[in-house]
Amino acid sequence: MLPYLQEYYGNPSSMHTFGGQVSKAIRNARLQIATLIGAEETELIFTSCGTEGNNTAIRAAIAAQPNRKHIITTQVEHACVLNVCKQLEKQGYTVTYLSVDSQGQIDLLELEAALTGNTALVSTMYANNETGVILPVEKIGALAKAYDAIYHVDAVQAVGKLPLNLQSSQIDLLTLSGHKLHAPKGIGALYVRRGFCFRPFLLGGHQERGRRAGTENVAGIIGLGAAAELAQQHFGKITQQTQLRDRLEQGLLSTIPDCQVNGDRTKRLPNTTNIGFKYIEGEAILFSLNQYGICASSGSACTSGSLEPSHVLRAMGLPYTILHGSIRFSLSRYTTLREIDRVLELMPAIVERLRALSPFNTDQADWLQDREEAIIVGSK
Amino acid sequence: MWDYTDKVLDLFYNPKNQGTIVDTNEPGIAVVFGEVGSIACGDALRLHLKIDITSDKILDARFQTFGCTSAIASSSALTELIKDLTLDEALKITNQEIADYLGGLPEAKMHCSVMGQEALEAAIYNYRGIKVEQHEEDEGTLICTCFSVSENKIRRVAIENNLTTAEQVTSYVKAGGGCSACLAAIEDILTAVQQETTATSKRLATEIAMAQEKALDRDRTVKPLTTVQKITLIQRVLEEVRPLLLADGGDVELYDVDGNTVKVLLKGACGSCSSSTATLKSAIEARLQEQVLPTLVVEAVEAI
Ligand code: FES
Repeated sequence: MLPYLQEYYGNPSSMHTFGGQVSKAIRNARLQIATLIGAEETELIFTSCGTEGNNTAIRAAIAAQPNRKHIITTQVEHACVLNVCKQLEKQGYTVTYLSVDSQGQIDLLELEAALTGNTALVSTMYANNETGVILPVEKIGALAKAYDAIYHVDAVQAVGKLPLNLQSSQIDLLTLSGHKLHAPKGIGALYVRRGFCFRPFLLGGHQERGRRAGTENVAGIIGLGAAAELAQQHFGKITQQTQLRDRLEQGLLSTIPDCQVNGDRTKRLPNTTNIGFKYIEGEAILFSLNQYGICASSGSACTSGSLEPSHVLRAMGLPYTILHGSIRFSLSRYTTLREIDRVLELMPAIVERLRALSPFNTDQADWLQDREEAIIVGSK
Repeated sequence: MWDYTDKVLDLFYNPKNQGTIVDTNEPGIAVVFGEVGSIACGDALRLHLKIDITSDKILDARFQTFGCTSAIASSSALTELIKDLTLDEALKITNQEIADYLGGLPEAKMHCSVMGQEALEAAIYNYRGIKVEQHEEDEGTLICTCFSVSENKIRRVAIENNLTTAEQVTSYVKAGGGCSACLAAIEDILTAVQQETTATSKRLATEIAMAQEKALDRDRTVKPLTTVQKITLIQRVLEEVRPLLLADGGDVELYDVDGNTVKVLLKGACGSCSSSTATLKSAIEARLQEQVLPTLVVEAVEAI
């Protein structure tokens, strides 16, 4: 990326040699990304991030089917999908939010029942950002197609971790985001199936063949291209990541009482584990880990300022005792065995200390029971 | 990542007074606790107090907290603040004092300090046998169903902490931080509170002014001013007038007070022009009559 911030500073849309060099590099990046997801180069639009990709995709999909006023999505989507849907509801669209079971999985029968000739769009994640649970995108796509609905997939978590071949899929639109595969933050891409009647979200110049106006984030694009190529090369090493993740998971479950893995443990991303520690609160765990330079997260980074517990875990029907104390550990291909063992070494004492501070340190805590029941009854 | 003060982090890593207090039935000693929050809302605090019955003093305070970094630190702060206070003194502790003890809290975390203050109240109410349901705050319309927050609570916290936006209310009591359906209602309460406070402060200001006036009148009529009092008051009025004169290149100085005649020296620009001297003299006279004694007359004397 560095040369594109220093020597090759030309604007790719300019006619001069400077610009020409840069636009060539962008073409190369486009090819690298297209290869990773099994698409054609012309099917990619660079965006600024996953949020822009998802917003663009949803709006483009409903613009392509102006006579249909129904959207189907799931309760566990990222806020950048849910909030667009909520806004569209105010504009006269009906939205079905598919529920998930305790494993974080949707029910295809529920999807089938919701689909009608009025459904313009089905939008689901490929893999959930909090639990890593993988949704059956091909089956969902097939059902959507049976009703001529457009199928959009938010694949921000999955790209680079799960193999994709969009040429032979039922997916019309697919979002990816750079920093999820070691590219810099502030770059993403949207796949738009060839032949899709696309209406741009950003209007202006002719960049991206008129599909997304605005000067390209050149260095970001080069970075995303390189990251895509590296991800492709490292697919083979993913089993190592999974082994480390499983070591972490099993280690925590066997040394710490009253904790559990949230979400389906088989249909899941190789690098993610979401673990609920009963009776204690997530932020306190994060700050304790942070003291040792270990970074984990509770919920999605985009909603970490919110006061409500994770909407994903709530949709899975987890009890409050676990909900607030759930932590997501994400591994990367750079995570080492030593790092995993360090977490395993530290976590038991952290959890024990916080539990000693907590008034709810056992399910028998009468106060806990009264309150939890009262709230559950009250909220229904 | 939240930007916590060192004090917050220190009390999170090394909390003070954590735990419970066991009632050992010591004569003259009472042990009580108060609880707020719920696991559903994601934070809860149980505060234990050991009270000396005769002196009404808090001998010991301990806490158990389910909550984030700042909830744990706020609980420590609270227990440190209330030890050795009488219950009445403790009831005066505000959430702001808890936050101040911590060197401040991020605004979005102020609800932790509010929780501390409420747990304290709950414990003392428990001890005094006042049922929490009787506590007027819990009556009144429920505004935020996500976090069970009543109108009275929003009002109290808004007034005590000078809150003006719904966002701030969310930071202080969580109301509005869930489905956000209650935000409009919170805004309405804030507008009403603001109108009331402006109305009250206006009314108070007039009341105070009237009371002062009355007191002055009374002083004037009830007790005649002594010469020293009279001179001090005259001096004060002249000091008020001087800056205006100075700005125009003049000045005034008290020369003498002879019975009800106030003799002044007009200086600089004020002394040179005869018509302005007359105006000035009467202007000063009017003020003195109004603020000191209605019978005063002003005389300008020549500087020697
Ligand atoms: S009712 Fe207040 S946030 Fe939902």
